[in-house]
Amino acid sequence: MGSYIPNTLQEQQEMLHSIGKEQIEDLFTLIPEKVRLNRELNLPSGLSEMEVSNRMRKIGKKNNVFKSIFRGAGAYRHYIPSIVKQITSKEEFVTSYTPYQAEISQGVLQSIYEFQTMICELTGMDVANASVYDGATAAAEAIVMCLERKRRKVVLTETLHPHTIEVINNYCSGLDIEVVVAPSNQGKTDQQQLEELLDDRTACLLIQQPNYYGQLEECDEIGALAKGCGAKYIISCNPISLGILKTPAEYGADIAIGEGQPLGIPLSFGGPYLGFMASKEKLMRKLPGRIVGETKDALGRKAFVLTLQAREQHIRREKASSNICSNQALCAMTAAVYLDAMGSKGLTQAAMLSMSKAHYLADQLCKINGFKMVYEGEYFNEFVTSCPGNVNKVLGELERHGILGGYPLTGKHEGHILWCATEVNTKEEIDTLVAILKEVAV
Amino acid sequence: MKQELLFSESHEWVQFLDETVVRIGLTDYAQSELGDLVFVNLPEEGDEVTAGEPFADVESVKAVSDVYSPVTGIVSKVNEILLDQPELINSDPMEAWLIEVEEVSEKEELLTEDEYNDFISREG
Amino acid sequence: MKLIFEKGMEGRGCTLLPPSDVPLIQLGEKHKRKQELHLPEVSETELSRHYTELMKRTFGVNDGFYPLGSCTMKYNPKINEEIAKMPEFADIHPLQPEHTIQGCLEVMVLAEKYLSEITGMDRFTFQPAAGAHGEYTGLQLIRAYHEAKGNVKRDKILVPDSAHGTNPASAVMAGFTVINVPSTKDGYVDVEELRKAAGDDTAGFMLTNPNTLGLFEENILEITEIIHQAGGLNYYDGANLNAIMGIARPGDMGFDVVHLNLHKTFSTPHGGGGPGSGPVGCKEILADYLPSPCIIENDDGNYHLEFNKEGSIGRVKAFYGNFLVVVRALTYILTLGKEGLKHASESAVLNANYMMHHLKDTYPIPFPDKCMHEFVISLEELKKEKGVTALDIAKAMLDHGIHPPTMYFPLIIPEALMVEPTETETKETLDEVIEIYKKIYKEAVDHPEAMRDYPRNTIIGRPDEVAAARKPVLRYRYDGASN
Repeated sequence: MGSYIPNTLQEQQEMLHSIGKEQIEDLFTLIPEKVRLNRELNLPSGLSEMEVSNRMRKIGKKNNVFKSIFRGAGAYRHYIPSIVKQITSKEEFVTSYTPYQAEISQGVLQSIYEFQTMICELTGMDVANASVYDGATAAAEAIVMCLERKRRKVVLTETLHPHTIEVINNYCSGLDIEVVVAPSNQGKTDQQQLEELLDDRTACLLIQQPNYYGQLEECDEIGALAKGCGAKYIISCNPISLGILKTPAEYGADIAIGEGQPLGIPLSFGGPYLGFMASKEKLMRKLPGRIVGETKDALGRKAFVLTLQAREQHIRREKASSNICSNQALCAMTAAVYLDAMGSKGLTQAAMLSMSKAHYLADQLCKINGFKMVYEGEYFNEFVTSCPGNVNKVLGELERHGILGGYPLTGKHEGHILWCATEVNTKEEIDTLVAILKEVAV
Repeated sequence: MKQELLFSESHEWVQFLDETVVRIGLTDYAQSELGDLVFVNLPEEGDEVTAGEPFADVESVKAVSDVYSPVTGIVSKVNEILLDQPELINSDPMEAWLIEVEEVSEKEELLTEDEYNDFISREG
Repeated sequence: MKLIFEKGMEGRGCTLLPPSDVPLIQLGEKHKRKQELHLPEVSETELSRHYTELMKRTFGVNDGFYPLGSCTMKYNPKINEEIAKMPEFADIHPLQPEHTIQGCLEVMVLAEKYLSEITGMDRFTFQPAAGAHGEYTGLQLIRAYHEAKGNVKRDKILVPDSAHGTNPASAVMAGFTVINVPSTKDGYVDVEELRKAAGDDTAGFMLTNPNTLGLFEENILEITEIIHQAGGLNYYDGANLNAIMGIARPGDMGFDVVHLNLHKTFSTPHGGGGPGSGPVGCKEILADYLPSPCIIENDDGNYHLEFNKEGSIGRVKAFYGNFLVVVRALTYILTLGKEGLKHASESAVLNANYMMHHLKDTYPIPFPDKCMHEFVISLEELKKEKGVTALDIAKAMLDHGIHPPTMYFPLIIPEALMVEPTETETKETLDEVIEIYKKIYKEAVDHPEAMRDYPRNTIIGRPDEVAAARKPVLRYRYDGASN
């Protein structure tokens, strides 16, 4: 069996003797007989490292790693620079705890401070926290930030990622909060119907840009509607798109949140990912979770510390507005190294390439009989098409060629496919995909 | 103009500006027990406060403490300077009032300065 | 050291992406970013060195003894990391067709099966991303259970005063009111007080066992029975499971729902604060309410994600949780197996008792007779007599190259230091650390005034936390403005 216990049984026996005990069982006398297991766990016996490695590889082989991916819908494959993987594998970063002991944690603290800065630069916001679990929980936490005694209504938009809506509904279910969802029209939020839902009890309005269907929402006009009724305005954004797209701040948002996975984090079957949150300065003390600040030590040396801690659960307990403790620190560092490596030019290039590839893909697809753009608005790197014939058959054909095609939408969008392209999709790949589909569509 | 100054057992001072209007702050004893304050959460004008119930909290680096209202009434003024300079409560607690309350309808049993000094010497 | 923003030069950078092989598309004016985008402009050399410098200013389990009580900072096996980085797990899109993700589903099915056996539960969900998230999810299950029975007025969660801060915070987030239950002077749940507090408005009771003082609640069956009698459910905070694997199970103690911290008990790394994973297990009576989707095994032996579960509390996170953390934990469980897990718990308890025993003549230990996997020191006397605080002692440890214990927790012990050595430390390390602890205590008694200056040998001394909180500076400004 494998074990990470260094002390031999003989050493353990010596240790027991030195504390006046005969055997290991003597340490467990506190546990009443009635609750003892008194049998072996019904688990397999332990394995050597080689055996475990083989076992896990065998399980892994039951997954299909696609060479070519044209699916996004909340999880995006982008190029991950080698340096990102190297740096975030450094054992000090991987194995350290939350940096409560600032004197020996300046490395992690500074990296979070740099992460906070870059999230602010990306979104145009004033302050950012050290991360939350993912984009969906970031949305839910952002909503809680906006609640006021007389404003307990939350307005969502139908074009949000469905998981975001589900998580928000869950977070609001136990609290006294009314959640309403503004309908969409032509793949975008219907402004007229939205306006009717906004009132002086509305705490906030949340919109996603680009939205779940890839469409660019009219975030300027929609922000004005939120402002008009005194509600806070939250924009959920794709961080890569911010290389070219207006910032949440430019759209007038009070809070910017999003899923940071595109920033150097692998697809990972959905996690761990990275929720980022940034806000205007006036909401700083309402941000949940850890925040790093700059200060000095007694000798005047620059120092970083976890700060504004009195907001958090370990101090405020039942009065804390969020219970978050562990966050996604190593994923935040991943995003920071990714942004360092890309720089503003690199990020802009990734955004431009993603958008251009998606448009090329759309143009080529629409040359095939039966594939048509479902929505006409401007889009970034995702778009929805119709599909000739059975969606699963079409996607199955791609799969046989090692290609993960677009995501088959369900419900009232049944029969439509949500496509995605990023800088990793070459023209050759796209042409191959299109050639296969031409065969199927005949 | 010398107004009546009273104290609560939860370490707030209350100054009656007239019959139904009071100013509330934290006592010197309270601030020294709390240590360096870094933030104050204050109510808004127009909020109701109730005798014996918390209306604000004060934060130090590693703790947060409720501040209780000795009276029932409506918040008429908030000392917003404290939002930027909570340290004023440490440096001059009697000047650094937190809120003013009007339409005071009820008050707790309050102590005179001598009684309060007596109370904290027994408590400490 | 400089920030990354203060390094590099305009025009520098890494060459990562090729030029476009398709026509470039421009965004329309309406949605085009006008705000200048400032990001570092550094070469790969500078970037690499920057993080190597940061690395040297970071202290991980790999650097030395890390006895953070309640955090279980055990060694993080390297094979776990290697497996989690395999493309067969790391490069899988969460929305791939079901027949292409059978390996991922098998990981979760196996982990569910094994964790159920370890805890005595029937089902598990892996959606919660961390312990606190698990607490929230577990409490939602409790709420759903009472609501399904029509008991809408069960809105109180009882929490011992020794509990982790996340417990009350999670209860409030899940829509409950918190009732704090005091501990006895021996450090246990006060059974009589609990009996008084439990009633027809009790939704549930949250407990860590062994508790945060490192003591196993001897009256655990009576405690959980009181809650069941009152119509409530018992919630097990799994933070301290490392003490009892293979020895006792929450499910046999009367708990109905548990969360585990895979980043504590199951050896996955803390990553400087995350990602963790907080799977929630429950008894059959709560299974219907588990988050959606859940995994079921079809008749043909294939795994299937079931989304339309009636009664489910819905979704607490996008996709399926911190999956790669579950991969690491499963690797660990397979490595240790049934004997290894029990041996790990036994060794964790031995190491804690060994340290406590050899320190109890020096340090005041409120409950010195016995402990499980951790123990608590109180420096109340030292503070009164010499003015030396738990913080001073902790900071002195930094100069000896060891990580201090958890400070000022649990809240019911004044000037607390909470020590959890874990099973992966050698006897030599423990012996060295015991000597260092004793030396520091002696210095605190002999030269109390010197203690306030520690640490002296670290890169910075004690930071001014008051200034940091009063005038927060939370980011670098390219334009030089202050926040």
